[in-house]
Amino acid sequence: MKILIKNAHIIDPLQGIDGIGDILVEEGKIKGIEQKSRRAEEQKKTPPQPPLDKGGIKRGVDSELRTIDATGLYVLPGLIDMHTHLREPGYEYKETIKTGTAAAVKGGFTTVCAMPNTNPVNDNSSVTDFIIRKAIQEGACAVYPIGAITKGQKGEELAEMGIMYAEGCVAFSDDGNPVMNSLIMRRALEYSRAFKVPIISHCEDTNLSEGGVMNEGLLSLTLGLKGIPSEAEEIMICRDLALAELTGGKLHIAHVSTEGSVRIIREAKKRGINITAETCPHYFSITENTVEGYNTNAKVNPPLRTQKDVDAIKQGLKDGTIDVIATDHAPHHRDEKLREFDHAPSGISGLETALGLSLNLVHEDVLTMRQLVEKMAVNPANILGLNKETLKVGSDADVVIVDVNKEYKVEAEGFISKGKNTPFEGLVLKGMPVITICKGKIYE
Amino acid sequence: MKLSSKDLLGIKELTKDEIILILDTASGFKGVLKRNIKKVPALRGKTAVNLFFEPSTRTRTSFELAEKRLSLDVLNLSVTTSSVVKGESLIDTALNVQALGADFMVIRHSSSGAAHLLSKNVNASVINAGDGINEHPTQALLDAFTIKEKIGKIEGLKIAIVGDILHSRVAKSNIYLLTKFGAEVRLIGPPTLVPQELEKLGVKVFHDMDSGLDGVNVVMALRIQMERQGKGFFPSTLEYSKNWGLTSERLFKADKDAIVMHPGPINRGVEVASDVADGPRSVILEQVTNGLAVRMAVMYLLAGVRE
Repeated sequence: MKILIKNAHIIDPLQGIDGIGDILVEEGKIKGIEQKSRRAEEQKKTPPQPPLDKGGIKRGVDSELRTIDATGLYVLPGLIDMHTHLREPGYEYKETIKTGTAAAVKGGFTTVCAMPNTNPVNDNSSVTDFIIRKAIQEGACAVYPIGAITKGQKGEELAEMGIMYAEGCVAFSDDGNPVMNSLIMRRALEYSRAFKVPIISHCEDTNLSEGGVMNEGLLSLTLGLKGIPSEAEEIMICRDLALAELTGGKLHIAHVSTEGSVRIIREAKKRGINITAETCPHYFSITENTVEGYNTNAKVNPPLRTQKDVDAIKQGLKDGTIDVIATDHAPHHRDEKLREFDHAPSGISGLETALGLSLNLVHEDVLTMRQLVEKMAVNPANILGLNKETLKVGSDADVVIVDVNKEYKVEAEGFISKGKNTPFEGLVLKGMPVITICKGKIYE
Repeated sequence: MKLSSKDLLGIKELTKDEIILILDTASGFKGVLKRNIKKVPALRGKTAVNLFFEPSTRTRTSFELAEKRLSLDVLNLSVTTSSVVKGESLIDTALNVQALGADFMVIRHSSSGAAHLLSKNVNASVINAGDGINEHPTQALLDAFTIKEKIGKIEGLKIAIVGDILHSRVAKSNIYLLTKFGAEVRLIGPPTLVPQELEKLGVKVFHDMDSGLDGVNVVMALRIQMERQGKGFFPSTLEYSKNWGLTSERLFKADKDAIVMHPGPINRGVEVASDVADGPRSVILEQVTNGLAVRMAVMYLLAGVRE
């Protein structure tokens, strides 16, 4: 099966492509890419270039050829979500590898990284192996497991990182449970250097955030809900930065949600500390006000913050302080969210709204399309060492075709994910993936 | 005039006019309570279920008696929150109660927003009898009723609320009500229990009793929950009472006609000294009586909304 994508606006930051062209896919790989015209402003600067890949694309009738006319559409390297909760094994009622990856593909993702807070926890190579096998059998897209930093995510004893790394884990995280013991975190950052893998830190001082269910402020007081101050996140980021500096470990800060965190990370990067950071669409799209009426679909950890935090997150994305947009896709069962706010679990089902929400940043001129591709494909691949970020000839044919102008209403009932828990119900988004191709397989 | 909602979830959700309607209606019921025969047939044939997920004596008995005075059939369900966590969800419990034919559900729950959750899922009138650290609207209504009865008005009064404001649903409901009526509300207590942020609601925060009580017309003392001790909110009840306990000496700072209120139950000698609680300015037991009239008024008016 061959696929010819014609007249697309191709963006591939790695090859420096940002213009109209064609792509040929054969046997799951990119077989050819041909740029016909650059963006108008660049054309003025440089003379027309010869085709990038002469003769790569054979024209003519071919029964095995599927031609996609992508006129007016963008074609990007498949998106990579480095923060996904697939819930399998153990919580199949919330999500499975099958449904989670299908949701990913619908959202334009061709690679997801599965967080280890499953049951049992992915803290040993048997679980890692199970996830990888299951993903090969049932997954719609590529799945890379993230192993636990500590056994049982208890923060006490290092998990067998080396063995899990050999089995296929691409990073380590106790996501959901911060490693509160500074000595253990130091060891994790030190030890992981042997395998050059990142430690992904869920930054939360759980003493400071104890019992908290939303952002701390006037709204938490008037709703009578226990607040989590921004400082619970910022204090831990400061600690982890200090430990990263001490150890030279590869630190990646998960789901940045506050203005202070952005400032702290910006300063650390200026000082040359080897860190990267991610945020999630909900942290630059909505505020704590969404919680009003005790809306459990807006309960997430870290909590939704305020407008000044939203603005700072956008600025952090724009100036490169924040490297990655990840979903923190956290599906839950309907019954679990239909409860008292205190008792409902935290999390947002994010795979199917992430691209639409992130494209708002392009519409608002916060990011260019190229920067968006960097945040959602190139940078995650680089941080995790995946060769998945480009449309270069010979790469896996992981491609997403995006209509950036198509408007649609978010309807959770239509989600492929088992998790219908979204605070964006009814919101009109502009821009959606129309076709996702994973290793040459077309999903539309 | 009618109330606009079938439920009473909080003072936040009420307009000033609705509050006045409730207080005026309560005056009528207070008259009933003074009669020889204290029962009216107003809601005969209807059923009230008191869903108490938290231990409560005074609020539950007050509601129960108010319901009986209105000729309602009454069902009391005391459920410990822990058994709910293990088993049946709040919504399922409520739907079962509704299937029994409940017209009113009075709910007391340890989670803020529990009454709101119920109101979205049942047709019965939901009355919030205290949800977590959010609101306790009937307490604020009975407090307002008592203040109006004793002083004649709320507007322009200086009213101090002393104690654990952070964890007090009574304080929250009172703040919303009293500011709606144009009172000057002062919150007094240690900084750990009186967040400065609350000033955005139009109240004044004090950490010193003498300056906070200066010239006030009403002092509301709140119960200090013993379990806050050892959690870092204050070092000991002894230290708390030395700094923020309401004593007769401190009461001299207040207006000479000031009244002393307390939602109960009292920790004598901790937040309020015995001689103050039992003294001539105390209206604490009158609050209890007025609670009946106010709760009757609320149920009577809510029944009118559903008619």
